[in-house]
Amino acid sequence: MTEIKTLADLKKKQEEVKSRIDLRNKAENPEARVQVKVAMATCGIAAGAKKVMEYFVEELEKRNIDAIVTQTGCMGYCFAEPTVEVILPGKEAMVFGYVDNVRADEIIERYIKHGELVDGIIPQNYDTIEHEER
Amino acid sequence: MEMIKLTIDNKKIEVAEGTTILKAARQFGIDIPTLCHFELGDMGIENKPGGCRICVVEIEGRRNLAPSCITEVQEGMVVNTHNIRVINARRTVLELIISDHPFDCLVCAKSGQCELQHLATQLGIREIPYKGEQSTYRKDTSPSIIRDIDKCILCRRCEMMCNQVQTVGALSAINRGFMSVVAPAFEMNLEDSPCTYCGQCVSVCPTGALTEVDHTNDIIRALSDPSKTVIVQTAPAVRAALGEEFGMEPGTLVTGKLVAALRRLGFDYVFDTDFSADLTIMEEGTEFLNRIKRHMAGDTSVRLPILTSCCPGWVNFFEHNFPDLLDVPSTAKSPQQMFGAIAKTYFADKIGVNRNDLVVVSIMPCLAKKYECQRNEFKVNGNPDVDYSISTRELAAFIKLANIDFLDLPDEDFDDPLGESSGAGVIFGNTGGVIEAACRTAYELYTGKKLEKIEFEELRGLEGIRSATIDFDGLPLNIGIANGLGNARKLLDEVRAGTSNYHAIEIMACPGGCIGGGGQPYHHGNSEILRRRAAAIYTEDERKTIRKSHENPSIIRLYSEFLGEPGSKKSHCLLHTHYFPKSNEVTIHR
Amino acid sequence: MHILVCDGTGCRSSQSGLISEMFRDELLRKGLKNEVQVIRTGCFGFCEKGPIVKILPDNTFYTQVRPEDTAEIIDEHIIKGRKVTRLLYLDPDTQEYVSDSKHMGFYKKQLRVALRNCGLIDPENIDEAIARDAYQALGKVLSEYTPEQTIDIIKRSGLRGRGGAGFPTGLKWEITGKNPADRKYVVCNADEGDPGAFMDRSILEGDPHSVLEAMAICGYCIGASNGLIYVRAEYPLAVKRLKVAIEQAHQYGLLGEHIFGTDFSFDIKLRYGAGAFVCGEETALIHSMEGKRGEPTNKPPFPSQSGYLGKPTNVNNVETFANVPVIILKGAEWFSSIGTEKSKGTKVFALAGKINNVGLIEVPMGTTLREIIFEIGGGIKNGKKFKAIQTGGPSGGCLTEKHLDTPIDYESLTAAGSMMGSGGMIVLDEDDCMVSVAKYYLGFIVEESCGKCAPCRIGNKRLYEILERITKGKAVPEDLDKLRNLCNVIRDTALCGLGQTSPNPVLSTLNNFIEEYEEHVFEKKCRSGQCHDLLYYVIDEEECTGCGACKRVCPVNAISGEKKQPHIIDQKICIKCGSCMEKCQFDAINLKNEYKSTTVSV
Repeated sequence: MTEIKTLADLKKKQEEVKSRIDLRNKAENPEARVQVKVAMATCGIAAGAKKVMEYFVEELEKRNIDAIVTQTGCMGYCFAEPTVEVILPGKEAMVFGYVDNVRADEIIERYIKHGELVDGIIPQNYDTIEHEER
Repeated sequence: MEMIKLTIDNKKIEVAEGTTILKAARQFGIDIPTLCHFELGDMGIENKPGGCRICVVEIEGRRNLAPSCITEVQEGMVVNTHNIRVINARRTVLELIISDHPFDCLVCAKSGQCELQHLATQLGIREIPYKGEQSTYRKDTSPSIIRDIDKCILCRRCEMMCNQVQTVGALSAINRGFMSVVAPAFEMNLEDSPCTYCGQCVSVCPTGALTEVDHTNDIIRALSDPSKTVIVQTAPAVRAALGEEFGMEPGTLVTGKLVAALRRLGFDYVFDTDFSADLTIMEEGTEFLNRIKRHMAGDTSVRLPILTSCCPGWVNFFEHNFPDLLDVPSTAKSPQQMFGAIAKTYFADKIGVNRNDLVVVSIMPCLAKKYECQRNEFKVNGNPDVDYSISTRELAAFIKLANIDFLDLPDEDFDDPLGESSGAGVIFGNTGGVIEAACRTAYELYTGKKLEKIEFEELRGLEGIRSATIDFDGLPLNIGIANGLGNARKLLDEVRAGTSNYHAIEIMACPGGCIGGGGQPYHHGNSEILRRRAAAIYTEDERKTIRKSHENPSIIRLYSEFLGEPGSKKSHCLLHTHYFPKSNEVTIHR
Repeated sequence: MHILVCDGTGCRSSQSGLISEMFRDELLRKGLKNEVQVIRTGCFGFCEKGPIVKILPDNTFYTQVRPEDTAEIIDEHIIKGRKVTRLLYLDPDTQEYVSDSKHMGFYKKQLRVALRNCGLIDPENIDEAIARDAYQALGKVLSEYTPEQTIDIIKRSGLRGRGGAGFPTGLKWEITGKNPADRKYVVCNADEGDPGAFMDRSILEGDPHSVLEAMAICGYCIGASNGLIYVRAEYPLAVKRLKVAIEQAHQYGLLGEHIFGTDFSFDIKLRYGAGAFVCGEETALIHSMEGKRGEPTNKPPFPSQSGYLGKPTNVNNVETFANVPVIILKGAEWFSSIGTEKSKGTKVFALAGKINNVGLIEVPMGTTLREIIFEIGGGIKNGKKFKAIQTGGPSGGCLTEKHLDTPIDYESLTAAGSMMGSGGMIVLDEDDCMVSVAKYYLGFIVEESCGKCAPCRIGNKRLYEILERITKGKAVPEDLDKLRNLCNVIRDTALCGLGQTSPNPVLSTLNNFIEEYEEHVFEKKCRSGQCHDLLYYVIDEEECTGCGACKRVCPVNAISGEKKQPHIIDQKICIKCGSCMEKCQFDAINLKNEYKSTTVSV
């Protein structure tokens, strides 16, 4: 790993990793790459997020869907844990609540494969700094 | 120094910057009650955790009441120490403290001396409006100290003494909230802890939570047994403090009355530990000179500095904390144990009594002595050289119990032969006294010359660590003195590190030496009392005709009749001991 | 097209289940089953206007939809493409109908500053943090600003401590910076201990780099090269992610020696707390880190003068630190434009209790409790009535209906008898007994008091005992006076901030719900039925057939009555074993919270 010695280094690094994250979404496989983020804070893990994440990793591979499954922190919807955010290429992020293996299967089969919405969507109820800027 | 102007109770006053409100008020005659606060001001000992909240005062402009013992004055401060808000808060807090305290005053060892009791009287507490559960803890009895923690008010004075001053670390607050207690780690018994039994915790405890193990009843039983001959020895520091228990001015010497009282209590012979202090000097001084001579002859196996060994709290401390240095202290027993050893051999033979029928009692300013006389190496076939050791306080209570009018007693003299002593034996009670006594004898034995000035002023004082170089006729000897075990630790760390340049070090476990011992009348934080006791000890020394141990005729006779010479085989057998490593590792018995 | 129907508890209680069914039936009837999907979603949060129906893709947001509206929505909106205006949200300010939820005030009520990256990035991958600007503020500060300039930015931003007391952060840095010493420390207080609070944990778990970066910035400002994070050992995931983050930051050279090629070096170590509540108090925290008993000492001296190992130490809480990098990057003016006059920026709250959307929220200071509870929180569970909201943890208090429109900031909460605290919010409804709530918090305090000062150690225990007597129906009228006096004395005399605020739950309920206390004490009645000892077995005269089964089973002979006549339970004798109720075959015996009207004791 290279050390970051100046602010310019950091910005260069940011461009690098930003594009790498963007690549996931667009450049490499514009049609097929899907992002699945599982909220893996204590509240999520306590509600079973770990199992759900494992399920997504295994099943997406089994079903030959090119997707990236990552963990993330608490989204704040603790009443609906485990929560999973799915970003289909070119679409807005969708957050699903109360996700267990059954529902995960439904999300994969219906939403990820066919873009059909399934029950249990949580409307995002906050603004981020970026939105606020616009 | 910057001066600060402020107003306390409508009085405009001016005090030095950094002064607390409590001290500022007291300087101007305003008394703010305190409970957990404690200090031996000029000795650098102070406890002010700000925990009891009794000393709270109102500072105008502040939301909450402030503890006066830790709040420093500020320019323009307006303080009310006794308005209705303060009085109500103070009373309520005291009612709360008492609500978690047993109502055992009638049968409490501390009754009459209890600071909580005084405060309840002062604030006129007549009922406990906040009754409820009381926190309880098992009673823990050790050879010297009883912990009755139900009576603990968490002032943390003992903890301060044990950790900051003595660096023993046996006591600290454990558990939380209402269940908080001051106890050894893991709730182990004091006996299993690194406690040295120095008793400084007892000497500062405001209530009856920490007291000494009382042996008065054992002594009464022995005295009333016609088959027993009961003899008593009294330590030097006792005579300089006992009078306080009878309302006499601190620093009043009561040697004669003490002897008279002991005789009236029924002891068959009243002897003096000062006698065996002289004996200690003969043995320890000889050992010291031997080591010096061997060292100067190039013997690298000899350990210097030599450390005094007459303080049992100190002995416990180095056994626990410096087990790697057990060959450094002198092997001489303490005066209490030398007395016992001689009494149950030489004296028992003299009066034709079997040692099992001879009961030796000691009156000590000390609580560690209770433990010391129970040590196995000081017993012969299970019979201890010293049977019971009681403190100055216990003796005072015993005298009162026997309805002896102490103030009216005539002055009487000690019995022979174990009652004769030199001034050197007396000054054992003060910090620096043992090493001064040793110097008086060692100088004359080493140089063969007579001392021109008997007093070694450079060795005196109450500072925690002192040092001086004594000229032994061309041989400069570096002397170190420490009182208080925290100070002792500093000197010992130097010895361990090999950086110590002392030839001899005197150590006493208690601040001020034996005059400030854990068994002395309570000084309640007044260091002036310690100074007066120290002065009284030196006065007693000055009044003596014989002031050097080796000139004590009874000592000379003891050697010629019985022991031979200092350091002889018989001396070694009776007057010397050895030390045992004690681990500080935790052992828990449940 | 999609029809999203809210299936949250609030909307479901207003028949949203039936609404989705009716949509499906209607679509089936119109032959649109394959074209339009009906989806039941989680709570939209806007329960006050529920049931909510949202049509995608045009984002039309219908409020207060009734089952009979479903046909109209399908006919008008789905088939003809015309919005049903009367069901749209009416903006109370502009009096205009808003169709897109993105333009509704409610959905802008939350603003994520401290939580900006939580739930967005993988916390164990520093690259994702860097992609979201991590360490840019540190780089900017080191290359462009002096410590004084940086402190000035923080001061001008108006950032105040998020741990509870709200001390101005910039001022704290300035004071610590000015105290000369050979060594100084930056400490992050991650000893989050309020019941129900998990703001700090979520930040550490979701965005650890924001805290590390801010600590380094603080170190630069005050002249410290050592940082310590005091984190509860009960937060294993936070600990793990912090370790990973520190390791990764070291690999990039963003922590360690000569950061960004400058002379500034900064290292961060973790210290584990055993979970003592009092160790959230900064002096107690420092003692705990030093290996001593975790208990507070009098201030002054403040940690900024003499803290960890006697050196000047700056202690800030996790959330406070998490705000710092954004302030540097976006400027003091940006930050100070959010919030109220004296409280700037946002605050994270952990919303819990009888509320629909339990969770972590971040709102601008000045948001009202009503907005938080009824809009963001989605209102009270099961359609019950709101009674109180407990804020500020055990040091806080209970606020009532009359405080709902208070804009939340440090001053207003304190003025209302509670406090900001670290951000726990527990919502209580009509089923909660306020005396029991106060007792619960006092129980926590009694457990967690360090035991150092007498008022907190013994006083809170006595407070608890009095509350227990009240809930058990054993209190006498003087107990209420004792309660008040004890509260005042503890507040006046306790040693630390935690002790001084410990009676707040009692004081605030005494002030706002005195009638409940009085009912317990004088009438031996608990209106919410929570106090078991104040419930009574009562025989309903109408239902009782006088069979005598209860009388025979009663172990203490508390029941009397002639055959075939209604029986009576003597409440003075009754031990509330419940045997009679179990035995009665006519459901004539009930558990009630009062008995006066139906029984006369003999």
